[in-house]
Amino acid sequence: MKKGLNIVGTRVPMLDAGLKVKGAAQFTDDLVLPGMLFGKILRSPLPHARILNIDTSRAEKLPGVRGVATGRDIPDRQYGIVPMAKDEYALAKDKVRYIGDDVAAVCAIDPEIAEEALELIDVDYEELAAVFDPREAIKEGAPVIHEGVKNNTSFAINKEFGDVARAFAESDAVFEDRFYSQAVNHAPLEPHAALAQFDPLNGDLTLWSSTQIPFFLRRNLSNTLQIPESKVRVIKPKVGGGFGQKIDMFAKDFCAAWFAIHLGKPVKFVYEREEVFISTRQRHPMYITVKTGVKKDGTILGQQFQAHADGGAYNSTAPTMIALSCFFLMIPYHIPNLIYEGCHIYTNKPVGGAMRGHGIPQARFAVERQLDMIAGRMGVDPVEIRIKNSIHAGQPHSAGFVINTCGFSESVTRAAESIGWQEKRGKLPLGRGVGLAGASFPSGVSNMSHISSGAVVQLGRDGAVNVLSGAADIGQGAETVISQIVAEELGVSLEDIRITAADTGITPLDPGTFGSGVTVRAGNAARLAAMSARNKLFEFIAEKLEANLADLVAENRNIFVKGSPEKGMTFSAALKAYQYADLPMPIVGRGSWMAPASEPTTLFKEDGNFAPSYSFMTQAAEVEVDLQTGRVKLLKMVTAHDCGTPINPMLVEGQLEGSVVGGMGQALYENVIVEKGQVMNPSFLDYGFPTFMEMPEIEAIEVETDDPIGPFGAKEAGEGTQLSPAPAIVNAVYDAIGVDFMELPITPEKILDALEAKK
Amino acid sequence: MKRAIELSINGDTYDVLVSPNNTLLEVLRDKLGLMGTKRGCDLGACGACTVLINGEAYLSCVMLAIDAGGKDILTIEGLAEGGELHPLQSSFVEKGGLQCGFCTPGMILTARAILNEEENPTEDVIKRKMAGNLCRCTGYKKVVEAVMSANESDENAGRPEGQEA
Ligand code: FES
Ligand code: FES
Repeated sequence: MKKGLNIVGTRVPMLDAGLKVKGAAQFTDDLVLPGMLFGKILRSPLPHARILNIDTSRAEKLPGVRGVATGRDIPDRQYGIVPMAKDEYALAKDKVRYIGDDVAAVCAIDPEIAEEALELIDVDYEELAAVFDPREAIKEGAPVIHEGVKNNTSFAINKEFGDVARAFAESDAVFEDRFYSQAVNHAPLEPHAALAQFDPLNGDLTLWSSTQIPFFLRRNLSNTLQIPESKVRVIKPKVGGGFGQKIDMFAKDFCAAWFAIHLGKPVKFVYEREEVFISTRQRHPMYITVKTGVKKDGTILGQQFQAHADGGAYNSTAPTMIALSCFFLMIPYHIPNLIYEGCHIYTNKPVGGAMRGHGIPQARFAVERQLDMIAGRMGVDPVEIRIKNSIHAGQPHSAGFVINTCGFSESVTRAAESIGWQEKRGKLPLGRGVGLAGASFPSGVSNMSHISSGAVVQLGRDGAVNVLSGAADIGQGAETVISQIVAEELGVSLEDIRITAADTGITPLDPGTFGSGVTVRAGNAARLAAMSARNKLFEFIAEKLEANLADLVAENRNIFVKGSPEKGMTFSAALKAYQYADLPMPIVGRGSWMAPASEPTTLFKEDGNFAPSYSFMTQAAEVEVDLQTGRVKLLKMVTAHDCGTPINPMLVEGQLEGSVVGGMGQALYENVIVEKGQVMNPSFLDYGFPTFMEMPEIEAIEVETDDPIGPFGAKEAGEGTQLSPAPAIVNAVYDAIGVDFMELPITPEKILDALEAKK
Repeated sequence: MKRAIELSINGDTYDVLVSPNNTLLEVLRDKLGLMGTKRGCDLGACGACTVLINGEAYLSCVMLAIDAGGKDILTIEGLAEGGELHPLQSSFVEKGGLQCGFCTPGMILTARAILNEEENPTEDVIKRKMAGNLCRCTGYKKVVEAVMSANESDENAGRPEGQEA
């Protein structure tokens, strides 16, 4: 904990933990409104088909059914989280593009009747040729999934920094390797849900939704349903995890709102687990080729990176995802010459979206794997090659990133030490091994529009501090962290804070929970608001105490002159005095914050800084491979993370631990298996993400740096940690059995096949 | 045909009209408004809907409501007495054994069942017996720590009422 701080830096429990352990925390599906109706969605059974006709008459006649909607009913406006990439309709217009696509919606007095009515909807399809492999979809003559999108390539990025051809010519060796990273489902425990209510008198629509992006959802609801944004209020109740899957909107949001408006009754949609697997989002499968030129000692001179992302049927975050894959090749290593080429390709499959790391885990898997392979080929130690190529704070960056603080090489050293690198690497018996991998992640982004947060802090007569923030807490503890920041700034106790967050009708604008920007962005906004409120109180107190405003401090519910604690008063006495001086209450402080965008750039075409700050991390794994069954056991994972100065170390640890276990799932178990467009394992049982039994020993090492931009020195925590567990584990498996795996996940079958082939 | 049954939940008796295929989870949530029991999969694969029946953990989404008639059902709403949290609940709070909290009621009730059955379970026993409770947020580490520490901090944490040592 930093000197002079009382609340920031402490391991306080989440403010809403009490409600959560009592089962009293309200998630969207826990909300009940009088007269509420229930909705269900009819989904496409075909991967690619034209809709010739939909007959809803039989469904409409079923007793208990209150409404049926199809794409004809809802305005012809596409939605999407990235404005330039909107390509989805609330309900299909004339085509379906994957098995699970939204075709029609039913609203009834109970969910079973709605379900039954779905079977009474008759849809005539004309089946079209479908394509499931992005490497096929990109070819001339492949089925056209979206009219006008050539080669099914909805987005491509292609840029060179420096001179890669020359770098390769000057290299002692150039290696080219191919990798594949699979589809992973976020699988938040809470299924997606929405509840809408409409007031016909004043035209106000309220939507409660399990969302990470209330304000983007508001904008899309307004645009798609053609109602003014000022008439839409989105409220985010408790959200049961998101990991990026809820950085998007879905048919349930639009249909709940549409029915509520047209039927005049509240309407709730809750997705079943199978729908979460098939019809929401997943991590993009990606085919990657990396070509790297190095000097004898392992110094990287140049790199060429090509990625084909399998986007499934729609764009979702396509441009952002593929751009992130590429941009983050330039960090944490110094790559003086770089070409990246990435494209997002439509296929007739479930849709890719943002998932923890957002395009970067796939790239990291390829690059960190190849780095180990290069180290082996050149006879350099994997730890050494990483430290040698590490970027450093303050150094000029080849793409123009501004790195204020960087604990990367320290994170490599400490992770290696902690896993016992010297004693273990290459020295353990057959079947045991250690490996590591590094990464970097942004704390929010500085180069996009609309990425700013606001906060309001009110000091009332009752001594309570009221905070309004637009930040979307989805279980990571954003509300707690923001409250800690405000309490620290005001010198009050955490119990004095009352926070209301993420209600577009009440709280100030915030982009939402993505890109790991919440603590920095919303935290800074809240800090500014708190400072502004405090200074108003200080002005008055300074006069009263005949002191300089600059000499006042607020601490432990007291305000006093620095160095003379006797010269001061309690916080509540100060508020009372303020009120009795006939000054207007409440004292209101406002703050808005966005990352400095002095050189706004898209990075697609020009250089520039991408994020206000960057976190750095190294994961080191020790594994045991069962040579008989092919099962890999992750024995231990060390994660050394430079996340600046943690506001709440306990919550940061929780983020790191959860992220490591998620990364382990990506490495060893998880894979959304799709055959001819059909998801074959859309259930927890068949999908099989890690349970208590697979939990490794986890050691979290904080590499503290003091970032000048984040509130109290904080940076991103927890998302970046999911970037490199997979390559670290696969690198450790190489150490254990001497096999280089290039594709994820490494299942027992693959291990056994590889062991067999090695014989 | 609907049937009237009597359910004893958290010490109270409820008369409910159920269809033979209604699950206990449907009755708890949709008929009685006991929303602390969560629906994560509705297929018996995540543990979010765990309740205790006569002290043992059951998945309420795959249990028929009529089969729960006449038995003692404990849901998360009935765990704490008065204004105080149950030691297991406090321990989850203090140790950070939760993030989004969606899996938490099921986790706590499963842990309670384990401590009912076994004095001082080892970490391995806890992991094995909780393997049916999925969590996508915490990575499980702090959940295990929370259960271990509840067991240490309060000898009576898991004992059924009236059987305190
Ligand atoms: S909801 Fe019952 S086990 Fe998942
Ligand atoms: S705390 Fe979110 S699923 Fe366990």
